[in-house]
Amino acid sequence: MKNNTLLVIQREFITRVRKKSFIVMTVIGPLLFAAMMLVPIWLALRETTDERIVKVKDDSGLFTQHLKESSGLIFQFTDEPDDSLKSKVLNSDLYGGLIIPNINVYNPEGIQFFSSSNPSLEVLASLEQVIEDRLEEIKLEKSGLSRSRLDSLQASVNINTINISEKGEKETNAGIATIVGYIFSFLIYFFIFLYGAQVMRGVIEEKSNRIVEVIVSAVKPFQLMMGKIVGVASVGLAQFILWVLLTIGITTLVMGALDLESASSPQMEQVMQQSGEDFNKIKVAQTMDNVLQLPLITIIIGFVIYFLGGYLMYGALFAAVGSAADSDTDTQQFMLPITVPLIFSILVLSAVLKEPDGSLAFWLSIIPFTSPIVMMMRIPFEVPAWQLGLSIVLLVAGFVFTTWVASRIYRIGILMHGSKVNYKVLGKWLMMKQ
Amino acid sequence: MEEVLITKNVCKSYSNHVALQDINIAIPRQSIFGLLGPNGAGKTTLIRIINQIIAADRGEILINGEKLNPKHIREIGYLPEERGLYKKMKVGEQLLYLARLRGLSKPEAVSKIKNWFVKLDISGWWNKNVEDLSKGMQQKIQFIATVMHEPKIIILDEPFSGFDPVNANMIKDQILELKENGSSIIFSTHRMESVEELCDHIALINKSKNILSGPKKAIKDDYKSNTFIVEHKKMLGSQVNGYQVISSETLEGSMYKSVIKMQQNDSPNILLNELMKSVEIHSFMEKIPNMNDIFITKVQERASNEK
Repeated sequence: MKNNTLLVIQREFITRVRKKSFIVMTVIGPLLFAAMMLVPIWLALRETTDERIVKVKDDSGLFTQHLKESSGLIFQFTDEPDDSLKSKVLNSDLYGGLIIPNINVYNPEGIQFFSSSNPSLEVLASLEQVIEDRLEEIKLEKSGLSRSRLDSLQASVNINTINISEKGEKETNAGIATIVGYIFSFLIYFFIFLYGAQVMRGVIEEKSNRIVEVIVSAVKPFQLMMGKIVGVASVGLAQFILWVLLTIGITTLVMGALDLESASSPQMEQVMQQSGEDFNKIKVAQTMDNVLQLPLITIIIGFVIYFLGGYLMYGALFAAVGSAADSDTDTQQFMLPITVPLIFSILVLSAVLKEPDGSLAFWLSIIPFTSPIVMMMRIPFEVPAWQLGLSIVLLVAGFVFTTWVASRIYRIGILMHGSKVNYKVLGKWLMMKQ
Repeated sequence: MEEVLITKNVCKSYSNHVALQDINIAIPRQSIFGLLGPNGAGKTTLIRIINQIIAADRGEILINGEKLNPKHIREIGYLPEERGLYKKMKVGEQLLYLARLRGLSKPEAVSKIKNWFVKLDISGWWNKNVEDLSKGMQQKIQFIATVMHEPKIIILDEPFSGFDPVNANMIKDQILELKENGSSIIFSTHRMESVEELCDHIALINKSKNILSGPKKAIKDDYKSNTFIVEHKKMLGSQVNGYQVISSETLEGSMYKSVIKMQQNDSPNILLNELMKSVEIHSFMEKIPNMNDIFITKVQERASNEK
């Protein structure tokens, strides 16, 4: 009869994978992920191509030929009267006109910027920055200090964090690790709820359909429960694998297309060379580099283990809740013990981040109820192997325990219709002999 | 006659009440066995124990002389009272799934299901969605699910509920055919007319106890009250030479219908002789108790005994 568990798994898998919602999610997920990765890169690359010409009428004579280009703003100087400058801004594709009256270096007031569109805060800030820089330079000269002397006085320190382990030294980046940690922790949280709820709804469906009695006359309730949990887990894994593959596929495709485009358009390369803005590309490459520096294999394997472990542990509880309910609305009262540790794990993540090796982080990543989410946050920061091992062993123990508890509630619950169930009744079921 | 299923002193209690007390029944091979009793008597508990959904506290169950074990799941078909199907599955794949859970191989299951489709006049339903079927149509599918693996023991809990008379007849014929082909059927119902019609043996369970069991004919004979219904011309007095006239009513014309109780062990011929002396007999029939009467008498007898 072992075969039967397999049959249940098969049915759960096939009926779910065939659903429209699964197919839609499988397609939309990677598109979203790819967009999340590609859009910032694309924006970074695109920025340089956008040049904005600003005509400057400088009555003070302090700025002429001294304003540096910045974030795509190109300055052209002119002596036209204000009115003709304004009409030019209106009628040509000039980005804007800057009118600087004869101002006092120590009290620069009355500078005006005309534009046919509303300039963004960023543009305004860089305009102000350019003018401030020039004014500072003038003041420096007046006080007899040259720019180069000031630069030589300024200190700039950039600390490279390097992680030492037996395998050698490795550069790390806390920012990237944080982002990766958050993404995977949330994915686990999301997956546990998503697929746990599917298990619960599946159980309620069988119960309210009244098919459950026919099934349990051929399959042990425990087999039915485990079959459902494992079946839904395999749906989750299949979806995750498809997401990873499709996301990689889409990203490489789009990246390829972008690279091709930029290589084949000499204009763009020119612009980039002119403005010396290879910087963005370097930044992108650096980010990629930093991502690759993370313990990626450990993260992926860890994710699979903690997703499965966490899901199996909570999935059994979801199944028990489903078995005690006659409809979705009945489940509310029993959801609390499931949702509280999960939500707590998410809330505590920022505290864990402050000290990924601290005692709070340690304990929460060892206790099975919080470990799937909290440990995922810690893994990108590298966790000692023994802690990982202990946490996984305890997670398996936790899973065995919750499954035992859940199966005892489940076997009674699925055959009870219309009875009012509370925690006391659940306790009774737990203790009841078969 | 050989017994296909025997329960010996089966007991089951839940935390707050006793569900079954020392149930001893024997189900003969190739018979239809009526499992009767008021609501909450413990029938469903007994059926669930036979299906190994729950375990008895004490006692044992023998199937073909062998102690009940998981191997027997293959030999039993079960149509519960609370029944249903997966709404989102196709008829064919649903039956295939249920058949394979009972241990059939895939090709075996497919051919058996197709045979049943032909038998019940529903060929071409393989790819229909269950949710598009009417309740009666779904009942047919459930019936197929119960019998498709050719079980030796078929347990039907209120099998006719939800069927229109045409389909109910169709199912009834199938049940009789299954019996002819060697299956034993346990039939749990409240509808006494179908018990009357179909069952060979019965057991009556009331308040967790088996209060009556045996062949239907024998039970009915036991409950015969030696009363006769006579239609006759001319009125009868309240006594006919020592026979008690229980009731007498006027029919159309000058006909009367009387119920007369006879001494036990007397032959009906003697009564007839006595009657012929005073009235003209148009019909003479022994009043045989129906299952409904026996059911009600037994259950009420118990209730009054307990008071």
